[in-house]
Amino acid sequence: MSAGTTTIHSDTGYNFAYLDEQTKRMIRRSLLKALSIPGYQVPFGGREMPLAYGWGTGGIQVTASVIGPDDRLKVIDQGADDTTNAVSIRRFFQTVTDVTVTESTEDATIIQTRHRIPEIPLKEGQVLVYQVPQPEPLQKIEPRETETRKMHAYAEYGAMRVTLYEDVAHFGRIAKTYDYPAVINGRHLMSPSPIPKFDNPKMEMNPAIQLFGAGREKRIYAVPPYTSVRSLDFDDHPFEVQTWKGCCALCGSTVSYLDEVITDDKGSRMFVCSDTDFCNTRQAKAAAQPKTAGEQS
Amino acid sequence: MAYVAVKGGEQAILNTLRLISETRRGDPAFAELTLAQISEQFGLAVDRVMTEGSVYDRELAALALKQAQGDVIEAIFLLRAYRTTLPRFAVSEPVDTSRMTIRRRISATFKDIPGGQVLGPTYDCTHRLLDFALAAEGLQRPQAGLAAEPLDKDVPQVIDLLGSEGLIEEESDEGQGEIFDLTREPMSLPAGRDQRLQNLARGDEGFLLGLAYSTVRGYGGAHPFVGELRLGEVTVEIVPEELGFPIAVAEIAVTECQMINQFRGTAAKPPRFTRGYGLTFGHNERKAMAMSLVDRAMRARELGEDVRYPAQDEEFVLAHTDNVEASGMVSHFKLPHYVDFQAELALVRQLRAEHMAAREAQTKEVAE
Repeated sequence: MSAGTTTIHSDTGYNFAYLDEQTKRMIRRSLLKALSIPGYQVPFGGREMPLAYGWGTGGIQVTASVIGPDDRLKVIDQGADDTTNAVSIRRFFQTVTDVTVTESTEDATIIQTRHRIPEIPLKEGQVLVYQVPQPEPLQKIEPRETETRKMHAYAEYGAMRVTLYEDVAHFGRIAKTYDYPAVINGRHLMSPSPIPKFDNPKMEMNPAIQLFGAGREKRIYAVPPYTSVRSLDFDDHPFEVQTWKGCCALCGSTVSYLDEVITDDKGSRMFVCSDTDFCNTRQAKAAAQPKTAGEQS
Repeated sequence: MAYVAVKGGEQAILNTLRLISETRRGDPAFAELTLAQISEQFGLAVDRVMTEGSVYDRELAALALKQAQGDVIEAIFLLRAYRTTLPRFAVSEPVDTSRMTIRRRISATFKDIPGGQVLGPTYDCTHRLLDFALAAEGLQRPQAGLAAEPLDKDVPQVIDLLGSEGLIEEESDEGQGEIFDLTREPMSLPAGRDQRLQNLARGDEGFLLGLAYSTVRGYGGAHPFVGELRLGEVTVEIVPEELGFPIAVAEIAVTECQMINQFRGTAAKPPRFTRGYGLTFGHNERKAMAMSLVDRAMRARELGEDVRYPAQDEEFVLAHTDNVEASGMVSHFKLPHYVDFQAELALVRQLRAEHMAAREAQTKEVAE
């Protein structure tokens, strides 16, 4: 990450990464504050972006504020590089910056994501930027921000625990499957954005910087590297992640998050990796070593 | 069963861009719309786009409308996104609407008012009969007559005439020097009136109209009177630091509504009238009136009234007025949610399996 240049991007007439330098500075200050208070939602003067609210404007503003000419950017939606929204956001950054884009998780310096954390562990120096539709984990319990702010100030998270307990009483288990609330650094309750709870453990003690941008609600928050992320649970109902009976139909993985694909109108379905880079890399490796392909999984 | 993961998002996007371009143009046998035509003949649509887009520029608003195929909310979105790239180089002096060059000015509270009632251009007095003559081009139009004398330069606000008797509350900035800028800072609650009025000015006309309507249908207890509604041109002035005196930088058309509302008083305050305020770019009386009603409703807390209805609840109103935010959030459900849905699918399957198993066990027990 180097500081954005002040040059006008030659092709478009817009500043490098669209936002003007004053706005980037304002967002960087908010990011620093967010990193200093892990999980705390920092209000910021979110701008109107040329993409619709709810479609990643928070993530785009965060990425635009941290990206420099030497970065390599990867954009995923649902784990895939080629979903239309990921393509659209990647094209936006190709238009307003000249940065290299990549589909490789390992090669990327900045990964903007919606709804997934890549399967391959991230490294120090990488930045994971999450798009967040609703930053307030307590909103479904208390829609008033004036109230939820107090609840965070007093670390008063009993209402969330009661909600999870009501699930246990009603269904015999915690019925939250995505956007699963977690306590960051032992202090703030945080929405991890609508990633499946399968991905929650990846946030814990992650060497990468994790930044969260909520454009419509104008909030930024962060999980600094090597920070504790504890998904809420009970002693007798410990946190658990999704599992699948089978493996990925394309690469044979049994450790990745699988998407269900309906293949005909007679109820046939198959399961494939949601992380396309992970899946393609495994398939390429398997193709290169045809004899040991069966052992890949 | 051959399956290839869906690819080609990029190609599809490029194609959809070409498709909307074609659809926008329509049948090329017909002449293409010019920005001047839109600006001149769809003036009220341009006014709304400028108001909710928070940019006073008829040409840009006309371009946005053309690009959006007349979809007003899409046009507002385009203008707002463009606005992000503009610097804020000054904060203007408050515009003085009593020095407005008046095109229309009415009061519903007094039959005659200093400066006079000026009907001006309005659809209020038209019969809403489709005018089939208008379907033809090159229509001969009668000329509107002009008054022999121009209006006074200074036309006092009707609502201020009540002030001398103390019948209506004073308007005050509550000693605030600095004005909140909603386009630069996130909303902050509890919101001051500056923040609320900015929010309403940018807010969706339809949403505000519905909220305003609710306040007079029992969900807000409003008893409004249009103290004054005026339309015309005002001068925008800034004071450059190096000059130290105001210079005019623009003349803009605005619609202003001063709504008078009853206030029964409290133990500490005698009964008197209170104000609701509405202001829009261009000509938009519906929006200005709705805004002034919702502004007054949201003043419930400050006036010591019970906050009982949606329109009085600033946190509810302010968070939901913005149609760029609202349409973004609602339309985002079109985005893929494969991952979340898969998570929910697995859970519902599991819960159903357990439910069936429990029922089977119960039937067995009963049978035994």
